[in-house]
Amino acid sequence: MTSETLVSLRDIGLDFKQRTVLDQITLDIHRREILTIIGPNGAGKSCLLKIVLGLYQPSRGSVTRTNGLTIGYMPQKLAVDPSLPLTVDRFLRLANAGDSQAIDQALQRVGARSLRQAAVQRLSGGEFQRVLLARALLRSPDLLVLDEPAQGVDLQGQQSLYRLLAQLREEHGFAILMVSHDLHFVMAQTDQVLCLNQHVCCSGTAEAVVNHPEYLALFSSGEVEDIGVYTHHHDHHHDLHGQVVDEAPRFTRITPTDGHVHGPGCSHDHKGQRHD
Amino acid sequence: MIEILLPALLIGLLLALIAGPLGCFVVWGRMAYFGDTLAHSALLGIGLGFLFQLNPTVGVILVASALALALTVLQGQRFIANDTLLGIMAHGTLALGLVLVSLMSHVRVDLLGLLFGDLLATSFQDVLWVTGLAALIGIALRFIWIPMLNIAVNQELAQAEGVRVGWVRLLFMLLLASTVAIGMKVVGALLITAMLIIPAAAARKLSHTPEQMALIASVIGMGSVLAGLLLSWLADTPAGPSIVLCSVLTFVVVYLFSPRTQG
Repeated sequence: MTSETLVSLRDIGLDFKQRTVLDQITLDIHRREILTIIGPNGAGKSCLLKIVLGLYQPSRGSVTRTNGLTIGYMPQKLAVDPSLPLTVDRFLRLANAGDSQAIDQALQRVGARSLRQAAVQRLSGGEFQRVLLARALLRSPDLLVLDEPAQGVDLQGQQSLYRLLAQLREEHGFAILMVSHDLHFVMAQTDQVLCLNQHVCCSGTAEAVVNHPEYLALFSSGEVEDIGVYTHHHDHHHDLHGQVVDEAPRFTRITPTDGHVHGPGCSHDHKGQRHD
Repeated sequence: MIEILLPALLIGLLLALIAGPLGCFVVWGRMAYFGDTLAHSALLGIGLGFLFQLNPTVGVILVASALALALTVLQGQRFIANDTLLGIMAHGTLALGLVLVSLMSHVRVDLLGLLFGDLLATSFQDVLWVTGLAALIGIALRFIWIPMLNIAVNQELAQAEGVRVGWVRLLFMLLLASTVAIGMKVVGALLITAMLIIPAAAARKLSHTPEQMALIASVIGMGSVLAGLLLSWLADTPAGPSIVLCSVLTFVVVYLFSPRTQG
């Protein structure tokens, strides 16, 4: 199935103070698709997100967005200066999308209806996250962009957030692009996982968590169907500075396939067997 | 008496009226030092105005706007911290302005008036241009109010949602530069920031919404102008510092006796 491409990045590079932060990134985000970017600290995940959002201009390469693309953005954290008197209600009205009833519905949908008259500075991290999600929903986005939504949220909260996101995607039909701080746990419904370390290390689909004994062993309750495990095998190694040590292809073209995509230097098959 | 006091009163009230909402954005965006730098540069604007035989007010607006632009461009640099940069710019332009003004022996310049305001020397002609400028600032502010609020909440969120952050901020800085030009008449280069931030800071305790805070800041500022001019008239004190003193007293009273902490 080929669906409409919302955002298309081609050979993106980003230099910051003569240091390469991103190099030769090519990726497409399609309508209704969930794409998760994972990678170690300093891999350039947030920078890539900000290029998609249009907050940063890439040093090289091209970004194409479909006409009239509406993006809902959920930043990792949002600190509103205490000198600004602002209730959740007013914060949502500022998005300039939807009347009082729409705001009520959006808040109810994310389970934050009781917070409507609270000052935004008094919200906890998790509460603010839901309010930000409500604000994104009010804009009826084509693409929802989330920066480390699971950061600082416990596993229970992470699970319910992922479950909510999956339901919302079904209801509204938007695509989701998110950065995950965790190398191994991603949202189960993720269509594409992209492992980033300045360049695209590897990419592919997430494996269903229920089939993964190692992960299941961690949780006796079995209520884990909203989190998937992405096992990734790199075709090269990094030294302490994040430099690629092996000779390896600089990027892997992302195509939705059954499993993950390897570069030519790859030394294992899809059963995890080495064949060298 | 009335022909001295009435223009002073009107210009002071107009400044307080627009400084209320603008000052709120300065407080929300932690731009107090930025505003101070623009205000300090006003003296250079006056000096250059004399030098090129421009209207001093036009000189102030031009120099403050140019400085606002330069600071915006320089804010991305990593050579020195931003507050150090602002300090260098503030005092560099102030010193240059003082030297420039003192070199012009052919014009009689009231230095104290430039630094601390000379409200009682204003004329009805001044009232006219201040009214026009204040009206322009008010109309422009009405247009960028919602985008500016979104930027005050979070610049990246605003930008991702389609707010043209660069243009809105640029317009806001022009408004701030124009306010500095009016403030030069009222409280002088060294006290303009006080008119922006003190009423806004006092209003914070008494408000639940951004609009309420802007309105209350205007009211507190206008009350300070009235009280300051009265003090100046009764005790023969300088008008500008008397106005600022009254707003500081209001701030202290509000914070000591406000009924409860607002969220």
